[in-house]
Amino acid sequence: MGTPRVPTGLPTDLPAGTGPAWAGPAPGGVGESTLRPDGTLKVTGEFAYASDLWHEDMLWGHTLRSPHAHARIRSVDVSGALATPGVRAVLTHADLPAATRYGLEIEDTPVLADGVVRYHGEPVALVAADHPETARRAAAKIEVAYEPLPVVTGEASALAPGAPVLHPGRTDAHARHVPHPNVVHRQPVRRGDVAAARARADVIVTGDYEVGMQDQAFLGPESGLAVPAEDGGVDLYVATQWLHADLRQIAPVLGLPEDKVRMTLSGVGGAFGGREDLSMQAHACLLALRTGRPVKMVYNRFESFFGHVHRHPARLHYEHGATEDGRLTHVACRIVLDGGAYASSSPAVVGNAASLSAGPYVVDAVDAEALALYTNNPPCGAMRGFGAVQACFAYEAQMDRLAAALGLDPVEFRQRNAMSEGAVMPTGQVVDSPAPVAELLRRVKAMPLPPERQWESAGGAADVRALPGGLSNTTHGEGVVRGVGYAVGIKNVGFSEGFDDYSTARVRLEVVGGRPVATVHTAMAEVGQGGVTVHAQIARTELGVEQVTLRPADTRVGSAGSTSASRQTYVTGGAVRHACEAVRERVLELGRARFGTYHPAWATAELLLEGGKVTTDGGEVLADLAEVLGSDAVDLELVWRHRPTEPFDLVTGQGDGHVQYSFAAHRAVVEVDTELGLVKVVELACAQDVGKALNPLSVAGQIHGGTTQGLGLAVMEEIVVDPVTAKVRNPSFTDYLIPTILDTPTLPVDILELADTHAPYGLRGVGEAPTLSSTPAVVAAIRAATGLPLARVPVRPEHLTGT
Amino acid sequence: MRVNCTVNGRPREADDVWEGESLLYVLRERLGLPGSKNACEQGECGSCTVRLDGELVCACLVAAGQAEGREVVTVEGLAELAAQRAPDAGAAGDQGRDGAQTAGLSPVQRAFVDAGAVQCGFCTPGLLVAADDLLARVPDPSDADIREALSGNLCRCTGYEKILDAVRLAAARAGETV
Amino acid sequence: MDFLRPGTWEEALAAKAEHPSAVPLAGGTDVMVEINFDHRRPEYLLDLNRIGDLYEWEVGERDVRLGASVPYTRIMENLRGPLPGLALAAHTVGSPQIRNRGSVGGNLGAASPAGDSHPALLAAGAEVEAESVRGTRLIPVERFYTGVKRNALEPDELIRAVRVRKADGPQQFAKVGTRNAMVIAVCAFGLALHPRARAVRTGIGSAAPTPLRARAAEEFLDAALAEGGFWDSGRDLPPSLVRQFGELAAGSCNPIDDVRGSARYRRHAVGVMARRTLGWAWDAYRGSERTTRCA
Repeated sequence: MGTPRVPTGLPTDLPAGTGPAWAGPAPGGVGESTLRPDGTLKVTGEFAYASDLWHEDMLWGHTLRSPHAHARIRSVDVSGALATPGVRAVLTHADLPAATRYGLEIEDTPVLADGVVRYHGEPVALVAADHPETARRAAAKIEVAYEPLPVVTGEASALAPGAPVLHPGRTDAHARHVPHPNVVHRQPVRRGDVAAARARADVIVTGDYEVGMQDQAFLGPESGLAVPAEDGGVDLYVATQWLHADLRQIAPVLGLPEDKVRMTLSGVGGAFGGREDLSMQAHACLLALRTGRPVKMVYNRFESFFGHVHRHPARLHYEHGATEDGRLTHVACRIVLDGGAYASSSPAVVGNAASLSAGPYVVDAVDAEALALYTNNPPCGAMRGFGAVQACFAYEAQMDRLAAALGLDPVEFRQRNAMSEGAVMPTGQVVDSPAPVAELLRRVKAMPLPPERQWESAGGAADVRALPGGLSNTTHGEGVVRGVGYAVGIKNVGFSEGFDDYSTARVRLEVVGGRPVATVHTAMAEVGQGGVTVHAQIARTELGVEQVTLRPADTRVGSAGSTSASRQTYVTGGAVRHACEAVRERVLELGRARFGTYHPAWATAELLLEGGKVTTDGGEVLADLAEVLGSDAVDLELVWRHRPTEPFDLVTGQGDGHVQYSFAAHRAVVEVDTELGLVKVVELACAQDVGKALNPLSVAGQIHGGTTQGLGLAVMEEIVVDPVTAKVRNPSFTDYLIPTILDTPTLPVDILELADTHAPYGLRGVGEAPTLSSTPAVVAAIRAATGLPLARVPVRPEHLTGT
Repeated sequence: MRVNCTVNGRPREADDVWEGESLLYVLRERLGLPGSKNACEQGECGSCTVRLDGELVCACLVAAGQAEGREVVTVEGLAELAAQRAPDAGAAGDQGRDGAQTAGLSPVQRAFVDAGAVQCGFCTPGLLVAADDLLARVPDPSDADIREALSGNLCRCTGYEKILDAVRLAAARAGETV
Repeated sequence: MDFLRPGTWEEALAAKAEHPSAVPLAGGTDVMVEINFDHRRPEYLLDLNRIGDLYEWEVGERDVRLGASVPYTRIMENLRGPLPGLALAAHTVGSPQIRNRGSVGGNLGAASPAGDSHPALLAAGAEVEAESVRGTRLIPVERFYTGVKRNALEPDELIRAVRVRKADGPQQFAKVGTRNAMVIAVCAFGLALHPRARAVRTGIGSAAPTPLRARAAEEFLDAALAEGGFWDSGRDLPPSLVRQFGELAAGSCNPIDDVRGSARYRRHAVGVMARRTLGWAWDAYRGSERTTRCA
């Protein structure tokens, strides 16, 4: 164990049997289900996750957190902790060397609590010690005198006269237009004449809906290793979603220029939005710089529940109208999102919720409003489908109720109102690429249904594993009723509302050992989604090489933006392609310079790089890449941007705010034990348009994963916050339940590929859309089985049994 | 205290072990074997699944001192274990979809790579140890058997669909070689 | 913290006598969680893994003497015949990994009202064999649970074994959780028919401060079965009788609202499980009666 365990690059080579001689499109290129370059490391246990890092002489960092949701800190006494043998440093707010606040969109989050704690679990002090147990024992000796303050827990208490203002003196960009300082951001969207449309509606349906607080529950807890450097800077190895956003926030806290904070991505055990904000990054660096020793911090599961933001819980009020022939007249809605104590990405969540509030439907009159609150609940931010998930649950419930009121089949009703290419969003934005909403619904409906009484074996005996309750043996078929439900959703891809959303790729082409080798270097956070697989595929397709080396993601290359918003294949994939194209042009220039006089095609033909050679589009080989390059390397780092977007008007919500839209539809088949209120999801089928599946295996994996997280929200996942104390009641995997393999049904997937001509290869962001419609489809199926209205997720046994 | 045990066939010794430490901590932090993962430390996720004297256990719930004198197999030892079980199978990489990458893996490891059962991979080591145990006991498991055997291993990325595929694939390949 | 590693049962008893605060550690499925999460820092951990006797069981005439550390997996695999209710309960415990380590002795030691084995033990009938250097005593399982996570053990006592009555009729176990595997009981119900004694016994889990028997339901059913001659006739039980049994079982509960479920739901679910488990057990009894008569 003499050498530090830190991330290294990934070679990706093609199967040995493929051989060097091939013609036509590159094997292992775009469109194939190539295998993950990190797969072997991950199945052997060698892949270095952030919590696996190790360094000679390293210390363990530990965080002391607030037991109160809102309290004034009267005093902090660290002397007992400092006197503990083995303790190397104890830090509080008073020890911070430079900036004391940070934030993804608004710098409102204290690095360590500054006189006030605003949520249960807020970091108050840090300890570094030789052993984690020493650090824990020392932290327990820190004496903090708290004076509890009244808590703000929802819209009523946040906006009540005399309510405590959680962030007085706000100067952020949203402070000017919000109706109350405890509102982080508010976004209306108004289009058409709702009053007139309402008058014309034959049926009006109103409903109130609620979405509980979901946790990303990535399996690899927050962790990282900070190593102080001789130049006074620090090297940070960390699991994150966005290296450069971390860097931008950390450097001011450390009082260091950004070039003295060198960040390298270590193995990331899932993210789903929960690693977009800082957790232990600045803390570990502060301890490392204070002690002069490497510091490792690893949250345990309990701490992880306090260590990252969650999905915003929401209350949604909707009114839909329709004419007798099943056409939507209008949608009016109000979406209140609980952002918790700090802003995180609440403004973006508000923008998504407001702009996507009407769903993937054509509706000419919309009056929508979304807002996020500051409360003393746990901070909420990005989670897969952010903002759109909450809205989709409500508008899809409304669509079912409208269909029922009109006596129409719920799928047929949706199809009548489904948007298609050319439709106008409530924001006024024209959907200018395929939007096959009706077709997706048709496809999930056309799939064969699983057999009735699927739990019965040939002999008629019940297999409890296939029944609600599973191994717990609660029913052998008694009380079990089947239901089928449908839903469809719309999600924006990429960062919206005028954000300068770009990515950077550095691509190098050279000859090593007689073979052309491409090296791809980006700062993209590989969090499990398979971006690394796709980057190698793009390099093979664009450069006609077999061998691609992927450099570890770090801050020595420009920003790749966040691995979120379904954007990385689009944006960093686009950047890699762009850099490859530029490298190819440079190679061809070299070729023309060296060999142009030997063959006229160098000047006249469309030239390609294929099979390690320069060829004409007619397939004639002009030269080996090895000859063209010789000992030269072509090495370019380039930035790439998608089409710009614009902010939404703060009054009308009008504006071309989104880059791209993605759509998925689900059909859920459930069996409900109606007496016990237990649900077994029997099948959850999805159809999704992905534009172009760069790696079909990975695309299916994204759809399966997103679908299952939606299932979790439907029937079990919720962080329960005490409404009186604002304390988290279930911060453990014993009480925050995520689906096991026995809860997860067969997940048939039907992938459409209708190209978006604005996007690289025609692709459409994949990761989030399946999380949206999964939840409402499951709940629709439970409603169908039980006849209950079910306006809240997760659905609990109590809701199904009236207890 | 000092703890001696056999890990992946080799005698190992850990010194200065705090009495409250788990086997998981000792493997990861003292013996340089971080393959077993620390996702929940309360036996609810299976990411730290290892074999202890041949039985599947969560290493986070075994006190380090309880491993004294015992045999532990972790994900890092799976390939070797497979090779011992079936000296002729497993070694060659020819069955994998990608021979160059998967040579030297156990059949179940290879199947996880080939089937796309790995995304973030944090649950993977525990699932592999559990799936390997299942296939050693039940060579041709039904889907319900697979689900039950893997019900102690949480995965947050894959929705389990490709994990089922991987176990089916490993079983099918083993069936072909018999 | 000290780690005590007795090699024999006698050494374990001596250690416990010398250090009454020592926390016994077998499968670690409860204790290690508390240590990992800093909820507990005992002065001494008393490792029982080395004591082979605790992993053995004997099937006697009347009882199964189940060593305190026999893992749930062994119960499922080997004792389904004599202890069907406990085997069903064992199958609902945690995950395969947990069932390989967790044991009835550990469940009793923790005495959580949510422990999965308690309803099955209560329904079957069992005594806890508690031992110390002072001697051995048998504690009827009903009297073993004294409060939330408290039991009748003296500080110097360890659980040597549980003597569980062998089944003389069908037994059932059901547990409600909000997930289909790896879930702590929201509530649970165990039921055993004892045709020889012409009695029905029950156990309720996680619906009161301690596991308990639904006495009123048992008494009602015993009387009704006797009165109607059901044990002999093996007739279908009238739905009204089954319903009343369920209502009485629900009435025995004294549950709380917590993050896992509401008190009202727990009471309701215990009633449903009581009805269903009675139905399954009675069907099995009728089936076996018919077989016996035909033979």
